[in-house]
Amino acid sequence: MSASATLAAKLPRAKGFSLPRALFLVRRAAFPLAILAVWQAAASFGFTSPQTMPAPSLIVSSFWNLIVTGQLWPNLLTSLTRVIVGLTAGVTVGTALGLAAGLSRLGEDMIDPSVQMARTLPHLALIPLMILWFGIGETPKLVIIALGASFPIYLNLYSAIRGADRKLLEAGAVLGLSRAETIWNVVLPAALPGFLVGLRQALGIAWISLVVAEQINADSGIGYLVMNARDFLQTDVIFDGLLVYAALGLLTDRLVRSLEIHLLAWRPALLDRVGVLG
Amino acid sequence: MNMLTEAPPHSPNSLSSAGLAVEVRGLTRQYGPNSVLRGLDLVIRPGEFVALLGRSGSGKSTLLRTLAGLDPAPPGTLVAPAALGVVFQEPRLLPWKRVWKNVVLGLRLPDARPRAEAALREVGLSHRLNAWPLTLSGGEAQRAALARALVREPALLLLDEPFAALDALTRLRMQDLVLDLWRAHLPAVLLVTHDVDEALTLADRVLMLEDGKIALELPVSMPRPRRHESAVFGELRRELLSALGVVV
Repeated sequence: MSASATLAAKLPRAKGFSLPRALFLVRRAAFPLAILAVWQAAASFGFTSPQTMPAPSLIVSSFWNLIVTGQLWPNLLTSLTRVIVGLTAGVTVGTALGLAAGLSRLGEDMIDPSVQMARTLPHLALIPLMILWFGIGETPKLVIIALGASFPIYLNLYSAIRGADRKLLEAGAVLGLSRAETIWNVVLPAALPGFLVGLRQALGIAWISLVVAEQINADSGIGYLVMNARDFLQTDVIFDGLLVYAALGLLTDRLVRSLEIHLLAWRPALLDRVGVLG
Repeated sequence: MNMLTEAPPHSPNSLSSAGLAVEVRGLTRQYGPNSVLRGLDLVIRPGEFVALLGRSGSGKSTLLRTLAGLDPAPPGTLVAPAALGVVFQEPRLLPWKRVWKNVVLGLRLPDARPRAEAALREVGLSHRLNAWPLTLSGGEAQRAALARALVREPALLLLDEPFAALDALTRLRMQDLVLDLWRAHLPAVLLVTHDVDEALTLADRVLMLEDGKIALELPVSMPRPRRHESAVFGELRRELLSALGVVV
């Protein structure tokens, strides 16, 4: 709709060349590039050993090797599937509980104290229990990811619903909105920014949970690749795994950001920020 | 100050809203130990423009909120039309709905869009139909709020210091706009304000609230448009200001 049209007009297209933009990119890239250069030099002149700190060039070539030997894709797919399934379950449960506690007193009384108590327990500490309960297959990994992701969703959604602007609620009441209309038109849109913050936090926690869960008894996935590489002292492959985790984290964060830009197009602050960074 | 009080148009013993837009009898509202309104009586005729002055904390907003149905009124003390529009000090537009959708929010009619267009044209905002509310200026947002109140053709329009947050120039334009809209639609209007000049410029009758009651009632019969420099205007302003405790 015209929402995206307005936004598109504000976004400077990245494809066209402009000098300020090029300088901006150079400024930002200078520091990481310098570190890479020093690292490469140190490795090439033999100051570091390939077993502890392999050269960037070696990491790149072993990454390429992972791709051509077909080891990367199936394991990447496995890890990605775990995160997607676990996250979906966690977001669903967190949203359901957040809505119930946010929209009704009864739900609040029944749900909120327990969740607030449970959230103080680091969910990764439950892994030994999960293994006892669910064995060492996929289930405990998915449960850990889902559990970790559900808390930020619940907490942010619940407080965002409760924090809906009383003045807007009054305006709705004066306009004769029914309870359902008020929830749909006022409360839920008001809670959406908070929910998206929760989604971003949930994503971060889901990746952390994945990394930890995959280091225990995994026979596939990026974590399995890394653990395997450790056993064979293939430090370069460990770095490859880290690169993949970083790229996935970045990618999914980008996805939520574009979701934010699309869903929260009404916020001038967002329009401005996009304009400045674009 | 009571010598200025006009005899009410009629004094029924019980509520009989025949021919009246608003009728309040003996309204008392309490918050904790403090009573904000004490046996307040108020009558507004259809199409009448009434301004309500009072110091802060005098119960102005409580009265307006009660009339708007946001605060409950004890049974038998209040008759107000169901069709009412309210404009608050802040525009209170939903930021996630485009301006025209805000205007017709809660309107259960099939031809919402043309109605929104007509209402926004009337307040001079036809060019901002599809804008996001947070991109409007203060004056524009308040005009959208006016359009939202008037699109329902209210029998009673409640204005709660609607221009207080605007700059002086915009405030004057908005006062003209409100007068035009009032003449076109002729709702009964209750304007809550702390601005004596604004009350005298707009209203048929100025009321002053003090200690939870109407302490002063001042008919304003000057023809519109009213000039602040005129002698009558100055006389009325002095009366109101001294009633408010300002030495002039």
